[in-house]
Amino acid sequence: MPDLGLEVLLKGKNMMRLIGGLGIALKISLISVVVSIPLGILLGALMTWKNPITKAILRLYLEFIRIMPQMVLLFLVYFGSTRAFGWDLSGETASIIVFILWGTAEMSDLVRGALSSIPKHQYESSEALGLSKVQTYLYIIIPQTLRRLIPLSINLITRMIKTTSLILMIGVVEVLKVAQQIIEANRMASPNAAFGIYLAVFLLYFLACWPISMLAKYLEKRWK
Amino acid sequence: MNWEFIMKYLPLYEKAAVLTVRIGLMGVVIAIIVGLICAAIQYYKVPVLKHIVGIYIELSRNTPLLVQLFFIYYGLPKVGIRTQADVCGVIGLAFLGGSYMAEAFRSGLEAIEPIQAESAMSLGMNRYQMMRYVILPQAMSISVPAFMANVIFLLKETSVFSAISLMDLMFTAKDLIGLYYKTTESLFLLVVFYLIILLPISILGSILERRLRYAGFGA
Repeated sequence: MPDLGLEVLLKGKNMMRLIGGLGIALKISLISVVVSIPLGILLGALMTWKNPITKAILRLYLEFIRIMPQMVLLFLVYFGSTRAFGWDLSGETASIIVFILWGTAEMSDLVRGALSSIPKHQYESSEALGLSKVQTYLYIIIPQTLRRLIPLSINLITRMIKTTSLILMIGVVEVLKVAQQIIEANRMASPNAAFGIYLAVFLLYFLACWPISMLAKYLEKRWK
Repeated sequence: MNWEFIMKYLPLYEKAAVLTVRIGLMGVVIAIIVGLICAAIQYYKVPVLKHIVGIYIELSRNTPLLVQLFFIYYGLPKVGIRTQADVCGVIGLAFLGGSYMAEAFRSGLEAIEPIQAESAMSLGMNRYQMMRYVILPQAMSISVPAFMANVIFLLKETSVFSAISLMDLMFTAKDLIGLYYKTTESLFLLVVFYLIILLPISILGSILERRLRYAGFGA
């Protein structure tokens, strides 16, 4: 039975290094999520404004970010912006910037969708009951919006984590890069290690995302 | 902006765009087929198979395409399963997309209330007629937004193919940046070509969505 990488995985600190690599990916996505959720809520609320100019600008930003592959955005910031403006960005900073830009766009779209899915009669009924504007939002609109929004934003977190795998391409040392290093280092001793190591990376990502998406599914069902 | 450079390397991008679209569309078509099969298995609750489909969907939805591709392209040859880069790209896209498509179709099918099927039965329709005239038309119109979103998502995901050395748009841009240090021009072309590919599909999606919004029953 040829060695398929299990031994390499258990050798030395290899497993811990892989998990550490995943930690970097998780850290980047966590920072981006924490920043982009409030920003996205703000933008999403602005999107429901009737002002045509803010609407047009926001739409342009949103559509551009959402239609471009995240990899293109990473390249634009990491190679393009550094060249154009002459500043110096580390791969990690560049990826955090991209994920904040992207996360904000996605989040604002979710917020806009959730807000516009509240039927108009909810506003009218609360007005008929004599609630003030603040009360209407506080007691009627926001609680209903949140129920729709929370499962969707939890899903956004898993999408963010999955997308962080791309930062390998701009030279951030994350789990896939660590995997490559481990495979390179053990090329002579166990040439077939790629199978086991990449399988381990696959499962690590699964273990990171699965519980989160299960939570989202559970909440979605419960709050229907 | 150096237009001479842009004109000179335009053909290179055209070739890369054709490759991107070809692999992307092949992947999407196979993903649709996989998705239909999986959705049908889950809808009819086929024993055993439905558990396998469930595991497949969770595995494929909760891992990134790049990791799946690395496993297929670099990992699987070690156990004797060798695939060419472009075949590997199509397989990876189909593996990822199948589960997303299955979820889109399933949510459409599940949104149809049982009373629809019961009414069809009481009108004397057989199972085929019920599917053909009552369930599917409604389920399809509910699935369309998610379906179009998935198509765009999958075409966007093709950008990771450069990691398994397929000469797609991303690869070309990276190559040109590395060779000539013409970052602005290379990235400009990259953005333009992705817009050419993705914008029409995105617009088509929103038109379809608007037209089909009226098809729902009681909505």
